[in-house]
Amino acid sequence: MPKYLFREAVIQKSLAVTATLSLLALLGIVLFLFVEGLPLFTHYSVIDFLFGDLWYPTEEPGLFGIFPLFVGSITVTLLSSIFAIPLGVLTAIYLNEIAHPNTRRVIKPFIELLAALPSVVLGFLGMVLLAPFLQDCLGADIGLNLFNAAIVLTFMSVPTICSISEDALHAVPRSLREGSLALGATRWQTIIRVVMPAALSGIGTAIMLGMSRAIGETMVVLMCAGGGGILPDSLFSPIRPMPASIAAEMAEAPFGSDHYHALFAIGILLFLLTLLFNIIASRIAERHRQVGTSSL
Amino acid sequence: MSLGKIIACTVLSLAMAAPAMAGQLVINGSTTVLPVMQKAGEAFMASHPDIQLSISGGGSGNGIKALIEGQCAVAMSSREMKDKEVKAAEAKGVKPWPVAIAYDAIVPVVHPKNPVKNLTTAQLRDIYSGKINNWKELGGRDGKIVVVSRDTSSGTFECWNELVMRGERVKPAALMQASNGTVIQAIAKNPNAIGYVGLGYLNDSVHGVTVDGKEPTPANAISKVWPVSRELLIFTNGEPAGEVKQLVDFLLDPAKGQKSVLEIGYVPLPTK
Repeated sequence: MPKYLFREAVIQKSLAVTATLSLLALLGIVLFLFVEGLPLFTHYSVIDFLFGDLWYPTEEPGLFGIFPLFVGSITVTLLSSIFAIPLGVLTAIYLNEIAHPNTRRVIKPFIELLAALPSVVLGFLGMVLLAPFLQDCLGADIGLNLFNAAIVLTFMSVPTICSISEDALHAVPRSLREGSLALGATRWQTIIRVVMPAALSGIGTAIMLGMSRAIGETMVVLMCAGGGGILPDSLFSPIRPMPASIAAEMAEAPFGSDHYHALFAIGILLFLLTLLFNIIASRIAERHRQVGTSSL
Repeated sequence: MSLGKIIACTVLSLAMAAPAMAGQLVINGSTTVLPVMQKAGEAFMASHPDIQLSISGGGSGNGIKALIEGQCAVAMSSREMKDKEVKAAEAKGVKPWPVAIAYDAIVPVVHPKNPVKNLTTAQLRDIYSGKINNWKELGGRDGKIVVVSRDTSSGTFECWNELVMRGERVKPAALMQASNGTVIQAIAKNPNAIGYVGLGYLNDSVHGVTVDGKEPTPANAISKVWPVSRELLIFTNGEPAGEVKQLVDFLLDPAKGQKSVLEIGYVPLPTK
């Protein structure tokens, strides 16, 4: 075999190995998660785990009802999406359709920089700035609550949603816009009826990725959500989303105890949730895939 | 960081990377004991250049776990060992040897502007279990009590649960904070909140209430007059010997380790 062909073969094989590595790592992590989480269910029913409303893991015997934690995670994610989706998508529309290219060139990096802020920094701001504000100006009993965490999570998911949506809008070919305008449509009609539908798959993916970032986020909910293990009854209820429980308790949970397995079982649930979000994202991307020039 | 320190750090890390020529002691456990160990540890390493300490905090449970599994020489703990842990140690042939190195008192704290300055243990229990919900019932202003607690696996929570709650449950709605520092943060920012922290963490941003009329002072902690006080312990495997003994002796020396205890804000052992 000539030398150059041999070299090609070596490079191809090593690239294949590299690609397989990340797959193997994922498999390993998932396997570990299930091996550590499932032993809880040999003597604790899945129903009590999912729908029990008391979480007292250090009692004898421990109570591992995660329903308030689960509901906490879902509500904080939904609430932050309500803030983040319009903000992210509308910003993307402004940047791509309306703003002068120079404005876009300046603003977009800054929005992406927002994503680079460490979550602990945002969490700290939520704690020392936002919490007293909510207490003093909006009359919350306690500033560390659902609303506070949702706002801080919004800061984390807006960059993801905005940046990916903007890429999707950018990929919509000029010819579509020009065609629409040439037919007498206004700029607004063009954006809503032509550009948005063409970019829908990308925007849907952006939203799902933004939400899956919010639901898995740990530091912010640990610092800002307050940590009350109850079902939220108002916007200002303290809540304890699932990642916060894992982060606060894992270090002290005795190795191999029910508490330890229960925390991994929460991890399994979180994994399934983010997996679901990602599957939905790729489904949206496939179903609304634009054929022809506007495909991403 | 001065140039000298940078060089010292480089040399240190090189020394740690090199095959252990000097003795290395791994210390793990309670984050309550950690600041004392770090402070005393620095002084110890300065006076015993042949011994390296590797100190980390992962909680009392983790430290004891590591001791049982032979991953550390000294475990720091803010509580006695549980029956489960004693059995696990027996099974592995480890003989944990407790040494008290300081006293800690847990102090209920409120916002400085809160007019309530004294509470009884029974009142504290009722507040935390959810039977008392308004400051008015305690002679304070009208306002919903915001109950701040620690995460269930911290040593501070266990101690509080045992000495104050005595079998009652902390209500699920209590705010869970993961460290002494965040408890202080939450209380300092909220006029209606109550929480509890180690005596060493008490500062001017919050007010430590008296319990059953007793002041949270070092003397009261040692004499156990203060109702919520406890010993801070280290566990070694068997009676301390060799390098471990040098460290234990250093920690108990009133002029050395006990000085660090005082500087951190805990209560030193009484001098005999």
